[in-house]
Amino acid sequence: MDATDLARWQFAITTVYHFLFVPITIGLSFVVAVFHTQWVRTHNPDWLRLAKFFGKLFTINFALGLVTGIVQEFQFGMNWSAYSRFVGDIFGAPLAIEALLAFFLESVFLGLWIFGWGRIPEKLHASTMWIVHVGTLLSAYFILAANSFMQHPVGFRFNPVSGRAELTDFFAVLTNKVQLVTFPHVAFSAYMVGGGVLMGVALHLMRRESLRASALLRSVDGLDSTATSDRSAGRDIDGGDSTGTTAAMTMTTQARQATAARADVPLYRKAARIGAVLTLVAGVGVAVSGDLQGKIMTEVQPMKMAAAEALYETSPQGAGAPFSVLTIGSLDGQHANALIEIPGLLSFLGTGTWDGEVKGINDLKAQYAATYGATGDPRLVDAATDYVPNIPTTYWTFRLMIGVGMAAAGIAALVLWTTRRGRVPTSRWVLYAAIAAPLLPVFGNSFGWIFTEVGRQPWAVFGLMTTASGVSPSVSIGEVITSMTVFTLLYGALAVVEIKLFLAYVRRGAEPFEAPATPSDEDEDAPLAFAY
Amino acid sequence: MELTTVWFILIGVLWTGYFVLEGFDFGVGMLFPVLGGKRYSSDAADAEKRRRLMLNTIGPVWDGNEVWVLTAGGATFAAFPNWYATLFSGFYLPLLLILVALILRNLGFEYRHKRPEQAWKSRWDLAIFWGSLVPALLWGVALTNIVRGVPIDADMEFTGNVFTLLNPISLLGGVVFVALFLTHGAIFVALKTDGPIRQEARGIATRTGVVAALLAVVLLVTLGLEDGKTISWVTTAIAAIALLAGLGANLRGREGWAFAGTAVTIAMAVATYFLILFPNVMPSSTDAAFNLTVTNASSTEYTLKVMTIVALVLTPIVVLYQAWTYWIFRRRLSTANIPADVRLELEPARDEALRS
Ligand code: HDD
Ligand code: HEM
Ligand code: HEM
Repeated sequence: MDATDLARWQFAITTVYHFLFVPITIGLSFVVAVFHTQWVRTHNPDWLRLAKFFGKLFTINFALGLVTGIVQEFQFGMNWSAYSRFVGDIFGAPLAIEALLAFFLESVFLGLWIFGWGRIPEKLHASTMWIVHVGTLLSAYFILAANSFMQHPVGFRFNPVSGRAELTDFFAVLTNKVQLVTFPHVAFSAYMVGGGVLMGVALHLMRRESLRASALLRSVDGLDSTATSDRSAGRDIDGGDSTGTTAAMTMTTQARQATAARADVPLYRKAARIGAVLTLVAGVGVAVSGDLQGKIMTEVQPMKMAAAEALYETSPQGAGAPFSVLTIGSLDGQHANALIEIPGLLSFLGTGTWDGEVKGINDLKAQYAATYGATGDPRLVDAATDYVPNIPTTYWTFRLMIGVGMAAAGIAALVLWTTRRGRVPTSRWVLYAAIAAPLLPVFGNSFGWIFTEVGRQPWAVFGLMTTASGVSPSVSIGEVITSMTVFTLLYGALAVVEIKLFLAYVRRGAEPFEAPATPSDEDEDAPLAFAY
Repeated sequence: MELTTVWFILIGVLWTGYFVLEGFDFGVGMLFPVLGGKRYSSDAADAEKRRRLMLNTIGPVWDGNEVWVLTAGGATFAAFPNWYATLFSGFYLPLLLILVALILRNLGFEYRHKRPEQAWKSRWDLAIFWGSLVPALLWGVALTNIVRGVPIDADMEFTGNVFTLLNPISLLGGVVFVALFLTHGAIFVALKTDGPIRQEARGIATRTGVVAALLAVVLLVTLGLEDGKTISWVTTAIAAIALLAGLGANLRGREGWAFAGTAVTIAMAVATYFLILFPNVMPSSTDAAFNLTVTNASSTEYTLKVMTIVALVLTPIVVLYQAWTYWIFRRRLSTANIPADVRLELEPARDEALRS
């Protein structure tokens, strides 16, 4: 392993990690904004309880998205200085604009939302969360513009004198055709995650409260009968009366608890159904935008599409390349034995017709070698690879992305069905569905990105610069090992802390309704709501 | 004016904004174990209240303050890619430490109050303290090194190592940053709180302020004698006067003026650094021919034009709404404003409400 490999691993680890939290932030900020707005519009206590509850979960998640984002911002210069010099003229601008336009919005208005209870008028307060949400989308737009440039460079020229790529048309970079399909796909995937988290958390609490209510009621019935028998026998036993009183008191407390638990069931059921609808609608958006993305990708990076299917030989016009759902055997082109195949689907994904031509890896390899390999330019020729990405990774991540995402949509449909017309399912599978609902779309996102980024290899910027030539020359192996170890250990530990905290707050459930103070009846010494 | 000069100034302004704003929340973090420690609090419960009070003074604003450094980083990348590349790859390990520190500190702010257990809180208290101290020190070391020059070769690559960066004057730079931020933070606490903590914070500011003033003068004069210009002497003088005026105001209990004083001091100290630096962005101590300058490190004219338009439109808006949040949260806080701790027993919150 050399410094390049280490730098790649470090980038992969830190970015995938950052992107676990990012879609949750984008999706949940939308969910909380909707709840908060509903509260302001209807003053139905349920909405406020949900807004505050999911708002807490949101802040727990946001904190990690934020701190891992700072690492991203610095990392290009630290590990990829040659790359930064080469494309800085183009790549730096979206990053700077992201900070100026999006991060300020997110951080300042999130501060206002968290500390604004009772301090600012309620309409303004609800709008702060919308502004946070817009901030997250803007942030995604600009960083994706930077990424789309790496997938398909536009709006620039190569300057042989300075030896770098120089910006000629900033608008072209922002409206790159890859960007125009990538942004909706990523945004919909994030809404899917938001819907999944909402659905999963609410489903779990709905089931728990429902089970708790019945258990408590059963024990109340039990106590009821003991208390009665105690009382009838009471005359003969010393202190019999007090036993009866305690039992009666326990009974009333428990009965009240049971009523409360039962009263919360519809709240969580409603939330779970909203989450399910969001997941489903976003799932359709993801599929439609993903389909468009496939077409553009086949056009600008044909190798990635071939790698997605491990298609070695070109499938000519009229033949129709199949899409394999499951494959065993090796993927090195010798004996890939597809078990389940959908005829023509790959052609459809890539070209829009069921029998369109899809170029195979072998042809493309020869073509790339002739175009780039022959130049001898160290930026374009990578001694280590032959312009073919890691096929098993691309093949499986592409399938897993689609598979786990669609599984989440399936769960959403099932949840809508089983909770129809006031039904409250409490069987064990509800618990499994609650666990899977947030995890599946989150991992769908990770797989999608790993596919996208690994499928681009060996290029850092497609057709302009290989990954190996982008690495920092002045950084030693020891330094990269140090930072990679530090980040991996730190991120691992933080994951444990965050998940435990998140679950503790989930378990706590939505707090009871409490009418929020209005800015007018502000008391100097009143405790702050939602403070640190 | 050349666009490269405009961008040099803008990046200077971004760093200034960062240190003036984040400076006080670094200070509050470093004062955590002091103002919230044994010396000033009557018992453990009081200490806890005081800590939470301090946190809540910066609660709504620290994140916005921190975005200034992200913007400074992004702007350096966009306007001077070679500066960004050389600096970030060259100062690798210090930056790694800064990143780890900022990560732990920010999580400390967000997570500390989220569980009631004392062990949990104490751990995040450490994160907040070290996470404020380490970046304050290391940014000072890094900036001082940039101004004085580091070994850079003909390919614009840094050729030194961590120990190159740890020279006495740069370390002094780090200590001055720490002392200034401590003073700035103490005055901020005094400005934003009521009750005993307000007086105590003022007392601390006076003591750290005197140390900061002495060390800062030594540092800025040393740097000025090495490479000063008339105008950098002017900013040095303003920094010194503002600090003394600020400390005077602090003694008389005029906290608003005192805070303005330390803010101007920090701004002028950063201005001094950038004025000495210009027209270089990272001088080479190997050979002046290898200096990174505003010209050879910059982006193309076109990129700078695009970025200038963006910056001219967006920066005033950002400054306006950020200032607006400071206005909204202008009220002083006292320990009476601190809410009860969260309860995280397995019992859902609702049952408690029913019991009462
Ligand atoms: C919940 C997550 C999720 C789900 C269910 C899907 N995707 Fe996706 N996909 C992503 C999440 C994602 C992503 C993480 O957001 C990616 C990574 C880069 C990008 O632009 O989006 C992605 C990338 C990505 C790419 C690569 C684009 C490129 O490299 O230029 C293609 C072709 C598709 N997707 C196509 C699809 C299709 C046809 C899907 C199903 C019908 C699908 N995706 C479902
Ligand atoms: C949208 C902003 C993004 C940008 C600008 C970006 C940029 C980069 C860069 C510069 C590299 C290193 C060079 C290389 O190996 O090609 C890289 C690699 C990588 N990125 Fe991204 N990336 C982005 C988003 C993501 C996301 C969200 C993920 C995952 C969730 C991701 C996953 C990876 C992986 C796995 C690699 C390593 C690929 C390899 O070296 O084989 N990227 N990306
Ligand atoms: C597709 C890829 C990415 C998207 C959509 C994205 C989006 C976001 C979002 C929505 C946030 C704020 C919410 C949160 O903190 O959880 C965030 C935080 C951040 N991201 Fe990313 N990010 C991506 C990849 C990157 C990359 C490659 C960088 C590196 C330049 C980066 C830099 C940052 C920074 C610096 C923050 C912290 C900002 C703050 O203080 O709020 N992100 N990102």
